Amino acid sequence: MSAVSASEKVDGFTRKSVRKAQKQRKSQSSSQFRTQNTPIELSPLPQLKDAPSTDQQELFCQKLQQCCTLFDFLDSVGDLKSKEVKRAALNELVDYLSTNRGVLVENAYPEITNMISTNIFRALPPSDNPDFDPEEDEPTLEAAWPHIQLVYEFLLRFLENPDFQPSIAKRFIDQKFVLQLLELFDSEDPRERDFLKTILHRIYGKFLGLRAFIRKQINNIFLKFIYETEHFNGVAELLEILGSIINGFALPLKAEHKQFLMKVLIPLHTAKALSLFHAQLAYCVVQFLEKDPSLTEPVIRGLLKFWPKTCSQKEVMFLGEIEEILDVIEPSQFKKIQEPLFKQISKCVSNPHFQVAERALYFWNNEYILSLIEENIDKILPIMFSSLYKISKEHWNQTIVALIYNVLKTLMEMNCPLFDELTASYKTQKQREMIKEQERDELWKKLEELQVSRTSEIQNNSHGFPAALNNNNSNNNNNDPQESSGDVEATAVIMEDLHQDATDTACESVSCAK
Amino acid sequence: MAGADGDDSLYPIAVLIDELRNEDVQLRLNSIKKLSTIALALGVERTRTELLPFLTDTIYDEDEVLLALAEQLGNFTMLVGGPEYVHCLLPPLESLATVEETVVRDKAVESLRKISQEHSPVDLEVHFEPLVKRLASGDWFTSRTSACGLFSVCYPRVSSTVKAEIRQHFRTLCSDDTPMVRRAAASKLGEFAKVLELEYVKTDIIPLFTALASDEQDSVRLLAVEACVSIATLLPQEDLETLVMPTLRQAAEDKSWRVRYMVADKFSELQKAVGPEITKNDLVPAFQNLLKDCEAEVRAAAANKVKEFCENLPEDNREQIIMSHILPCVKELVSDTNQHVKSALASVIMGLSTILGKDNTIEHLLPLFLTQLKDECPEVRLNIISNLDCVNEVIGIRQLSQSLLPAIVELAEDAKWRVRLAIIEYMPLLAGQLGVEFFDEKLNTLCMAWLIDHVYAIREAATSNLTKLVEKFGAEWAQNTIVPKVLGMANDPNYLHRMTTLFCINALSEACGQEITTKQMLPVVLKMSNDQVANVRFNVAKSLQKIGPVLDSNALQTEVKPVLEKLASDSDMDVKYFAQEAISVNGNVLSLILSHVLLSHLHFHVHVFTFDV
Repeated sequence: MSAVSASEKVDGFTRKSVRKAQKQRKSQSSSQFRTQNTPIELSPLPQLKDAPSTDQQELFCQKLQQCCTLFDFLDSVGDLKSKEVKRAALNELVDYLSTNRGVLVENAYPEITNMISTNIFRALPPSDNPDFDPEEDEPTLEAAWPHIQLVYEFLLRFLENPDFQPSIAKRFIDQKFVLQLLELFDSEDPRERDFLKTILHRIYGKFLGLRAFIRKQINNIFLKFIYETEHFNGVAELLEILGSIINGFALPLKAEHKQFLMKVLIPLHTAKALSLFHAQLAYCVVQFLEKDPSLTEPVIRGLLKFWPKTCSQKEVMFLGEIEEILDVIEPSQFKKIQEPLFKQISKCVSNPHFQVAERALYFWNNEYILSLIEENIDKILPIMFSSLYKISKEHWNQTIVALIYNVLKTLMEMNCPLFDELTASYKTQKQREMIKEQERDELWKKLEELQVSRTSEIQNNSHGFPAALNNNNSNNNNNDPQESSGDVEATAVIMEDLHQDATDTACESVSCAK
Repeated sequence: MAGADGDDSLYPIAVLIDELRNEDVQLRLNSIKKLSTIALALGVERTRTELLPFLTDTIYDEDEVLLALAEQLGNFTMLVGGPEYVHCLLPPLESLATVEETVVRDKAVESLRKISQEHSPVDLEVHFEPLVKRLASGDWFTSRTSACGLFSVCYPRVSSTVKAEIRQHFRTLCSDDTPMVRRAAASKLGEFAKVLELEYVKTDIIPLFTALASDEQDSVRLLAVEACVSIATLLPQEDLETLVMPTLRQAAEDKSWRVRYMVADKFSELQKAVGPEITKNDLVPAFQNLLKDCEAEVRAAAANKVKEFCENLPEDNREQIIMSHILPCVKELVSDTNQHVKSALASVIMGLSTILGKDNTIEHLLPLFLTQLKDECPEVRLNIISNLDCVNEVIGIRQLSQSLLPAIVELAEDAKWRVRLAIIEYMPLLAGQLGVEFFDEKLNTLCMAWLIDHVYAIREAATSNLTKLVEKFGAEWAQNTIVPKVLGMANDPNYLHRMTTLFCINALSEACGQEITTKQMLPVVLKMSNDQVANVRFNVAKSLQKIGPVLDSNALQTEVKPVLEKLASDSDMDVKYFAQEAISVNGNVLSLILSHVLLSHLHFHVHVFTFDV
């Protein structure tokens, strides 16, 4: 926002202060887009319970129509009387629907859905706080909640009514209705999202024809959240619904569902605000694996791909999820992923952040994981050994050091000869790594020299002499006599080439080289 | 050729590929970033036949590595043998254009767009266009979104049958099932329209534009607003009314504030694109509505555009439109409930005075400026003060000075130090516009008061403010008004204030010149070397070092040197340290003068020497 950036120029703290100032004034927001500013006058209709039963249906519809009037709740003093009339009417409607049978006749459906749509479907207002942090900040509450709450209540009673007939309702509760409902999940008001969650769940249960559509739209919301906006308030609620949906998937899983797992749920782990919905997400993932264990390998590989690099808090969550997965893993699946997985775990145990290291080391308190490790100790111990060994001497945190000693002890007991062997070869192993490192450096150095010579060939292909000078200089810097002579040879040949064919230096053909 | 033989034996491709496969992501990333080096070592043919297939096959990696790869491949044309072979780069880039991660995909598309220009028209049809088609009909949304960015680069250079196909693909993507794809298509709509023949803009683009602008998702609709600017620019004036305006009108009244916000944000561009006549008839009322929108966000965006909108109105009845249509809305915004709206307005409202002229400004705008100068939100007041120069040109600042003063005084004493800091920064500008007399009378006390602010940043800013004022008003003014006050603070009981004296001297010595520095400032500094607070004493040492270059060598020798020597044997470690530093630096100043002379001699000799050679 330009207004904000202007203020930032002046005062880096303004936002916070602005936020506070706004909160004092209003902590509520509403986005009923109203053009008319005329005062609205509602007069109370007679009570439903007092009306003769022949007139009740008519009166019911009149009340529904009356409740289609919208009020501005940011104006806390305007239309007070009429607001109260509508509130009372809504209350009565909720009550009427839940205590009477036979109320839901066919021609009431359009009136009911119209009243609901008019009230709840609205463009959500911009957040008061452009960088709203759901963990830190208080959410902005919906100002019109006194009415909207009752409308949601009414919708829920409508869906749960024993007389409710999906075959009639599907004409009104259609794809468009669901789409608008899903958009409301972005509401900052947790009370609203909670209602929406229950309502969407009921709709999913009752309207078989909408199920695929709902899943697809949730898919789209998540993809937009992951790859475009990184902002959507209702991810946790949607995941909660999905958790129970996944539970009911038939076996074998459809390709569509597997794709959802791999292309939506796993990438969801990359979100910055993972902590807000991680529990629900992990639940969904584990549900999938319990349904179809063969998905374990791709899931774990996916998690490893998105493993957090800088956010320790998220890393702890990932470790938690891995443990949940390991709790249900089949030994045959474990064998497939043990190597990449334990490479990551070995990095985690040596993490300087003690919470990460601690969380990873806690795996060794899990009986089932311990049995899996023991079964595969020949593979796992060599992966884990060097970082455990190193960190047992170096970690700054005493708790971690103590935990590591225990883990090392456990591992040693599992395979003592291998442990001794690894201890003995630890130093040579380190040295080998260092040598490899040096070799790599040298390789790149040589490649760069080559690049320099090639580039200067291109630049100087009409003056061979300076290029040669340049190359000899760079070769003289090389300390290894053998390598260096090889280089000189190579460059000398290149130089020859240069003189022979000054124009064709940049794009030499390699085909005749062999 | 023999040259390549040497490279070949030294760098077998296996080693290089090993590097690209290294377990450590960072090392893999480094290798990829030096991919051009590897390609150079391999030569063009092996790059084509071995390296590129390897890269195409192994595209499953960390997104970071893929991003680097996508970027590298955009610059690979010469390394595969020039434009003739550039199509070899398409397979790996095609795979990269389908990955999930947006940044990777975008980079792949960017590289594809780049190398598309290096294709010959034939290659474009044989290799590039089929790739675009494959992407456009891919299963997963990622490849289809990538395709959206590639139509416009190949369209101008292919045959008319292929052109028809491309248009068909674009149409399909505009009505894609996935909102992500529709968003990608909508965001490229304007760009694509620009490369189309006018007849197709009318028959193809307009229906797509209308459809996207009434999409069920507001995130799609708002992108159509952006496209509206380009489309309106392309069409002849007479078609705008029927082809574009209905959609634009609808967007300005969209039920989603995000769409209305976009309209407000793009208002100046839209105004230019549709021309003066439509602006008068349609955009003026639309703009009025946006200024009165129920969402503050939208009002703020519109308020930001007030000046630009007015400036671009057709001159013949600009004044009348502003006075009767825009100004009433602006007046309401001045007392808006939302401070972002007010401060957005405050940052542009002063610009209206140049458009409306002296009389209107005095009669209509001045009261608004004055109201905003008294606004409860400091940011609004600051925005007004920071734009004073616009009014100054039209009516002179004097008109405002009566209200300006209380506003400045209040900001100067604001509880938030950052607000105080901001107003200090405008002081030199204000001083220049208000003149020395007004300044001495009203603002000088403020400037001096900041010197004893309890926040260091304010004292520091106040010090540099003084320097700027002296630069503006001259050394004589400094001598009469501020130097005595600054020097007076040397006797303050608070050591922080005594230090401020030293900081001011550091800052002012150069602007005041040798005379004042030596005669008035130096004695005070020297006297402060006896201060009982060590912080003051070592700051004396620092000051002496600072003002050394301004002093004459006599004063340096006879007055400064003894004091520094005394401080160098101080009981406090820091004082000693800084005194010694000052001695060596001041010594250098003296020797520098000497060496300068010497150097110029040397230079002369060097020149002679080179000529001899």
